[in-house]
Amino acid sequence: MPITYEPIATTTLGSNTASVTFSTIPGTYTDLVLVSFPKRTNQSDAAIFAYPNSDTTGNLASNTAVYGDGTSASSNQRSNSNGVRIGVIGLGEAGTQIAQFMNYANTNVFKTVLSRENRAEEYTFGVVNLWRNTNAITSLLIQVSNASDFASGSTFTLYGIKAA
Amino acid sequence: MANTYTAIATVTATTSVASLAFTSIPATYTDLLLKISTRSTYSANFSRARLQINSLTTGYNNRLVYGQGTTTSSASSTDYITFFYSTGSTATASTFANTEIYLPNYTSANAKSASSDSVTENNATEAFLALAAGLQTSTAAISSLTITDANAGDFVQYSTATLYGIKNS
Repeated sequence: MPITYEPIATTTLGSNTASVTFSTIPGTYTDLVLVSFPKRTNQSDAAIFAYPNSDTTGNLASNTAVYGDGTSASSNQRSNSNGVRIGVIGLGEAGTQIAQFMNYANTNVFKTVLSRENRAEEYTFGVVNLWRNTNAITSLLIQVSNASDFASGSTFTLYGIKAA
Repeated sequence: MANTYTAIATVTATTSVASLAFTSIPATYTDLLLKISTRSTYSANFSRARLQINSLTTGYNNRLVYGQGTTTSSASSTDYITFFYSTGSTATASTFANTEIYLPNYTSANAKSASSDSVTENNATEAFLALAAGLQTSTAAISSLTITDANAGDFVQYSTATLYGIKNS
């Protein structure tokens, strides 16, 4: 049986850090999965964004989210954003964030990113993102939306999935 | 290249059972992934199921968002790390719910979190799609997992749960 689910790189932060970068991502997989367990150093509630190929100015991303806070469900949409939304973070305990980058190396298609974002004390989100660029994703820059740090102990692991 | 995705154990109900459980979970992986297929004896189109860690009864928090064909809503509880949906006994026959639960860093000295996605199906009104976030504040490694029906139903024959271990290196 072929091995189809492989770790590409993992990072556990040893100190408070403003961003995490996965660089030189090989183009040999079909999809990528980013599993994050992020903690925060200050304030409450912010989104985590991934910037494919470190594109922080192109306004090429859009997303649609459905979410619940334990009382009511809602949905929102954002267009022409810079980053791909991949997580939610706040004070308190870390939550599980899982983002799937589909066909990330296919230069014929824009990229779809599905994310599950969890902060059990407040919210759960399901999000679909579109990055309107046909370039293969070769790196991912990960930051908190309002530029605060990830706290020491936060973990980020990037996996590659092969279709065959 | 490392084999990062390993089946640890599968539990299959050979008759109706009150729970599906995994014990003595090895601490040799980074993350855990549960894939669950369940149908409940509870008399409704659906039932809620729940996941307990290390038999703990306190220290939980969770948030759920769901749609069931006509409306969307949200719920929370403090009784278990996550809850999800199981097909009930009045839903279309032979139809089982499907659920995936991801538990990262299950051996770490941090609180434990979970992400779950769950669906039921029913060839009528009232089938569920649910997403949930979960938290357990215990810093002990996860060594056992127990799935039960929140409405005191049993899981019928052919209900299954498979636990996978995932390594990040």
